[in-house]
Amino acid sequence: MNTERAAGAAARGNGRPAELRSTAVLRETMGAYYRSLGEEGEQRAPVAWCSSVGPAELLRALGFRVFYPENHAAMLGAARTANRYMPLAHAQGYSQDVCSYLTSDIGAFLAGETPLSTFGLTSVPRADVLVFNTNQCRDVREWFEWYGRRWTAPVIGVRSPRSIDQVTEDDVDGVAKQIEALVPMLEAVAGARLDGVRLSDAVGASRTCSDLWEACLETAAARPAPLTFFDGTIHMGPAVVLRGTENACAYYRTLLAELRARVQDGVGAVPGESLRLYWDGMPLWGRLRALATTFAEFRTTVVASTYCNSWIFSDLEAGDPMRSMARASLALFIARSEGPKEAYIERMADQYAVDGIIYHDCRTCPNNSNTRYALPQRLSQRLGIPFLVLDGDVNDLRCYSDEQGRTNIEGFVEQLTDARAARRQVVQG
Amino acid sequence: MSRHAGIDSGSWTTKAVVIDDSGTVLGAAVTRSGADLAVAAARAYDEALSIAGLVPDDISTVWSTGFGRHTVAFADGSRTELDCHGRGVAHYVPGPLVVVDIGGQDAKVIRLDAAGQRLAHRMNRKCAAGTGSFLDEIALRLGVDTAALDDLASGSDESLELSSFCTVFAGTELLTLIRAGKKPADLAMAAYRSLVKRVQAMDVFQGKLVATGGVVAYHPKVVELLQESMGSEVIIPPHPQEMGAFGAALAARDGASSVGLDGLAQQGASGRGGRDDP
Repeated sequence: MNTERAAGAAARGNGRPAELRSTAVLRETMGAYYRSLGEEGEQRAPVAWCSSVGPAELLRALGFRVFYPENHAAMLGAARTANRYMPLAHAQGYSQDVCSYLTSDIGAFLAGETPLSTFGLTSVPRADVLVFNTNQCRDVREWFEWYGRRWTAPVIGVRSPRSIDQVTEDDVDGVAKQIEALVPMLEAVAGARLDGVRLSDAVGASRTCSDLWEACLETAAARPAPLTFFDGTIHMGPAVVLRGTENACAYYRTLLAELRARVQDGVGAVPGESLRLYWDGMPLWGRLRALATTFAEFRTTVVASTYCNSWIFSDLEAGDPMRSMARASLALFIARSEGPKEAYIERMADQYAVDGIIYHDCRTCPNNSNTRYALPQRLSQRLGIPFLVLDGDVNDLRCYSDEQGRTNIEGFVEQLTDARAARRQVVQG
Repeated sequence: MSRHAGIDSGSWTTKAVVIDDSGTVLGAAVTRSGADLAVAAARAYDEALSIAGLVPDDISTVWSTGFGRHTVAFADGSRTELDCHGRGVAHYVPGPLVVVDIGGQDAKVIRLDAAGQRLAHRMNRKCAAGTGSFLDEIALRLGVDTAALDDLASGSDESLELSSFCTVFAGTELLTLIRAGKKPADLAMAAYRSLVKRVQAMDVFQGKLVATGGVVAYHPKVVELLQESMGSEVIIPPHPQEMGAFGAALAARDGASSVGLDGLAQQGASGRGGRDDP
């Protein structure tokens, strides 16, 4: 009996997804970025904090060093230190139900700790200005206001319309005017005038970065997929923190070449790929590796995700920087109503030929949880694609049960596998 | 004739079932899981074999299920409890149907099609409300054994509600009701009502409903309330508490043709198509 069991185990994946060689270049690229944030001295460029989909290109064009606190919070989650820090922010009056990025980041600051110490920083870089865009949530603004009060630094930003059906020219006008209105304040902090050519260049570089990142993600439409959602959450780093720069573009050219070579050679990120899934919602940063291993063990590739695709800004145009930045921020998935969201996931499910969809119901991030207004049920009914809802959180591991998560995923894989076998029996008839 | 066994390593109890080729139960046993799941599995298996008048060498295959399924060292394979409860129920009741399994640690809703294939499932969130643990907590507060809760609720003549959706808060609410002089019988019934409401909120229940699990086996009031709230008959299959172990035994019996995780490699690529080029 044990021999049979061993044979069965061998038929499963070995739980070791193949690592991309580009990871070494990624580490260098990200390391250089983090170290630049710690540069001191009279001539240092001012620091602007920017929400993940804020007007980064404008900040780059004005010569700011741009820091993204959401990236920092994700580092806290991935390092599984977030739960150590969150209670410190809760004690300040920030509810356990608000964004655990916010609470873990503020808590880490209060504790005087940061994962950036690896790169020589003793703290998050002190902001000269904090710039938000509420197209994703109000929490980014509340988060920035906390630091703004502490440092007496200006907190400015864009108040976007949300739950948009179709992006109208009026919407674009409104947001573009808000971005333009930021310029005088940013110029004052930067001590420099905005150069139109530099802005166009930054927007052009962001668009190139976006196109390259999109091309990288689209390689996963191949079978077997050369990268997984879990790889994507790591390799999207430069698209998040270095968009608007040539460094990010250079990295994605390297990554794209490797991914295309994998496709050419038939090398999958998950050895023996059998099932393909789509992931909607935030990553569970503290369980990234564990989940990647679990899916690989089941020979299942999470081939695409809403999250990794959220750093594709195809509306950016170097020739029309302000309006195209506005349009790109409005067109994003997270800013849209249920109809466009359904249509988007439907397109993705078709493009990547997925067998099922996983929705992460992220406890403290309602804006990135698309489970709360019956979207999974509607979509499954229309497309006939089964779905699974995983209860968890982006950083707060108290909201996730490893055992329930494992059983849910394993049960979902069983369901999809049995259904496929039944379909084949019918065909063979 | 060959015989097969299933072990359901649950959070509170471990169940073992021995069957023959036809699916007839030859022996079944339930034991407390305790802190050593492997020991509990061996003990339950030994008891089930003893009841069946068999020894381990008489058993062709053993499969495990339940949250401790991977700790059953003598098992030849494993399936989740989502699969095994559905598989077990489908043996007795033709689909399409909905299985509601209420165990000590979790509650599950499993949808099966006419052929007994699983269409979807839902599990409770990381929370004890709506599970056997909730009843244990309430029994503790009322100072009775959990097994006596159902009898106690039989004397209820006032309809009370526990409105909290959290076991801890419900316990506090219970104390408020006790201070208000409410009868233990009514409080016990309120606890059952609360549990059923939690389960009811997990999914849309239409069509044939089958209930399994230890809570269903030992708390008939839950079944009564399920029927009342769903407005339709709730079917209780044989040995509801051992349904997971029974399903695992069926998986063991069907192992040669079953398509579990271990069979994925033989299946090749998905049937939904896909692109070859980026």
